[in-house]
Amino acid sequence: MKLKHLGWALIAVIAMGACSDSEDDGNGQEDTFDRKALLENTADNIIIPALQELSTDLATLKTSKDLFISGPNQANLDGLREKWLAAYLTWQYVEMINVGKAEEIFYSFQMNIYPTNVSDIEANIDIDMQNGTYDLTTPENNDAVGFPAVDYLLYGTADTDSGIVDFYSNDPKANANQQYLSNLIDQMDSLTTTVLNDWTGSYRDTFVNSTDNTASSSLNMMTNDFVFYYEKGLRANKIGIPAGVFSTTPLAEKVEGLYSREFSKELALEGLQAVDDFFNGRAYGGTTSGSSYATYLTLLRNNSGTSDLTGIINSQLNTARAQINLLDNNFFDQVNTDNVMMTAAYDELQRATVLFKVDMLQTLSISVDYVDSDGD
Amino acid sequence: MATFFFEMKSVITTYLNKTTSAAPLAVFRIGFGLMMLYSVIRFWAHGWINSLYLEPSFHFSYYGFEWVQPLGSFTYVIFAICGIAAFFVALGFKYRISILVFFLSFTYIELMDKTTYLNHYYFISMLSFLLIFLPAARYFSIDNLARSRFAALRLVKTAQQTTPQIPRWTIDGIKLLLSTVYFYAGLAKLNSDWLLKAMPLKIWLPSKYDIPLLGNLMEQEWVHYAFSWSGMFYDLFIPFLLLYKKTRLWAFVVVVIFHVMTRVLFPIGMFPFVMIVSTLIFFDARVQERIISFIRRVLMPLNRFFMPLPLASASLDYDEVLELSKRKQHGHTYMEITYRKYIIPVLAVFFTVQLLLPWRYLAYPGELFWTEEGYRFSWRVMLMEKMGSSQFKIVDGTGKSFYIDNSDFLTSFQEKQMSYQPDFILQYAHFLGDHYKSQGYKNVQVYVDSYVALNGRLSQPYVDKSVDLYQIKESFQHKGWILPFQDEIKGL
Repeated sequence: MKLKHLGWALIAVIAMGACSDSEDDGNGQEDTFDRKALLENTADNIIIPALQELSTDLATLKTSKDLFISGPNQANLDGLREKWLAAYLTWQYVEMINVGKAEEIFYSFQMNIYPTNVSDIEANIDIDMQNGTYDLTTPENNDAVGFPAVDYLLYGTADTDSGIVDFYSNDPKANANQQYLSNLIDQMDSLTTTVLNDWTGSYRDTFVNSTDNTASSSLNMMTNDFVFYYEKGLRANKIGIPAGVFSTTPLAEKVEGLYSREFSKELALEGLQAVDDFFNGRAYGGTTSGSSYATYLTLLRNNSGTSDLTGIINSQLNTARAQINLLDNNFFDQVNTDNVMMTAAYDELQRATVLFKVDMLQTLSISVDYVDSDGD
Repeated sequence: MATFFFEMKSVITTYLNKTTSAAPLAVFRIGFGLMMLYSVIRFWAHGWINSLYLEPSFHFSYYGFEWVQPLGSFTYVIFAICGIAAFFVALGFKYRISILVFFLSFTYIELMDKTTYLNHYYFISMLSFLLIFLPAARYFSIDNLARSRFAALRLVKTAQQTTPQIPRWTIDGIKLLLSTVYFYAGLAKLNSDWLLKAMPLKIWLPSKYDIPLLGNLMEQEWVHYAFSWSGMFYDLFIPFLLLYKKTRLWAFVVVVIFHVMTRVLFPIGMFPFVMIVSTLIFFDARVQERIISFIRRVLMPLNRFFMPLPLASASLDYDEVLELSKRKQHGHTYMEITYRKYIIPVLAVFFTVQLLLPWRYLAYPGELFWTEEGYRFSWRVMLMEKMGSSQFKIVDGTGKSFYIDNSDFLTSFQEKQMSYQPDFILQYAHFLGDHYKSQGYKNVQVYVDSYVALNGRLSQPYVDKSVDLYQIKESFQHKGWILPFQDEIKGL
């Protein structure tokens, strides 16, 4: 008798547990923190505007490229370089968003893997010379496409600007060279259009409504991407690796913008600004701020009575920015002349890595690794 | 004094001679075996054998157990052996050897990499060790059937069979182990972070905002305190409430609710179910017999597979009837533990170690949560939120140096665990030192720049970065290179 009752009670409670394990929660809840607002601000004021800007920049870049191809001369080369830089700076705001379509098509792998591989580029051009075809979307070609490859094509194909213009006009392979440049830029444009269209289509709503705390929810994936970008894309790729912190000797040739030789600092500072804006929920190209990690952290830290983290992170980002500002415009030269300054900049970025990866993630209680195993 | 000892001795002897029904232990054996079988299958199905034991190129070993390593594809065989042994335990088939094999294979698996350390795995190891010495297959088991040449008949006529009696201490041993787990988990919660700051629940619970019905509650501060305090009271008192007959049923309901809640809130796998089923041991023989008769009914259709046809139709053998009636006359059959004079001392040592081990942290200076010296194997379950970031620097004889990208050597799970646990940091430092030495670097030194955040405190430097960890040998001595904790946590 008793046992039977107990059995039913057991079944009821376990069923409750099982349901709450899997059921979807709908929209009926009132949180003290509105995570949907955070995702909306991120999508509507940061991600989509940045992608739109990049798409516009790339369309302009395409026009300049067409102009240059139809008339390869110094003036058109200058115009093309200018548009390339504008798009590259905008890209710094887009690289960290590796969710949805971007993740699916390996967007950032096709846009900004550096250093670019010159022999791969030349091999592709040779294929064209022999009337073959190359597929720029394959992983093998990730280091032969995107902004770094265009950097090489616009700045690195000869020692002088006139030599570079010749590369597209008088060179025996001029046509194939033109074609390669054209294909790269067209591909960058079309990839960006694909990602943007997905956002302006259905993905935006999917994204903002996925507010659960699960490995595949928007908030968690975005947080994972954000921290990953900061640690890898910004801290390691832009500063740490060229400064040789992960190798016995500095690797100056691994800087971003290797061939243009003057933009690596600008690109790094823009990347840092993108992190800063994203963290603080600042609208792309605007000054207004919305719901963000900063506001979320402030609320959680206040609730739990722990020290202010938002302020500490912002102050550390500013310190890092000041340290980077002390560097030469061209990190390649900086590494070769005074690498201690490079590693000093790395150290300041590293301090913020700890704040993001340890303090922020602990406060948000979001796991960065998705090794799906049991806890204690 | 002499009389006292004499009386003590007689009290102990009397206690050791007390007997009780074998039913609770039989139910426990079946529940335990089946759950372990399921655990192994689940572990396998999730692909964890590969991701946790085969993918990593390097494994974190327990001090003294460096020789226990995954064995390539043979690791799957170990899991298979473990699962089969668990199933045999449930059946009570070759019980003694099966439980021994289970204990050895399970413990081997746990020792392969301490990255996966969980209190509940340790619990399973200890429990299976204890079970080796208990007569859990005395009743309702294949072994028991096989003991009679009228095995098949016995199964049909079980109703006429009485439950054998076993020494009471065998069941009390399991109760004692379970009670130790709970009680020490409760003691561990008696600290200022848990009770006065509601940490780490104040961090964990708000992140469960997406749970239906309860999601909203999880963000309320009073809920964090309520959970902290009730968790503490639960752990401390539940063993006693389960031992006391009048409160037992309600205590069990509370056990079920508590563990289902933890299952909903935290990714703790099989542990809640293991604990719920284990707790059944506290119920008396009457309840256990009902469970057994329920299992019998479920298994009844299988009867004919085990029973040769002639026997099934044959009438009762005269000898059998005689034997059964004899049994009835004699009432309960009592079973002697064969190697009792060895088993009792072994278990006495086992429980003494169990009761003392959690206190070993008192031998170390500094904050336990910070240094983790004496933290494991002490039932400190879900007690703190700790994260770290550790960046290793290799310096060679010429003064050249570089940092390590941990993902070159560790899985993200290993890196996460390594980042805030000193023994992991030290072992990894040695691994890195050896690695670069073998690559031809001379006079390798290994330093670490490490930050750790504990229970919502801002991250602090964790390890003295001027210490060459490659020169430090692992030992049970205090690790002086851990920087002091810049705060205080009061309590146990």
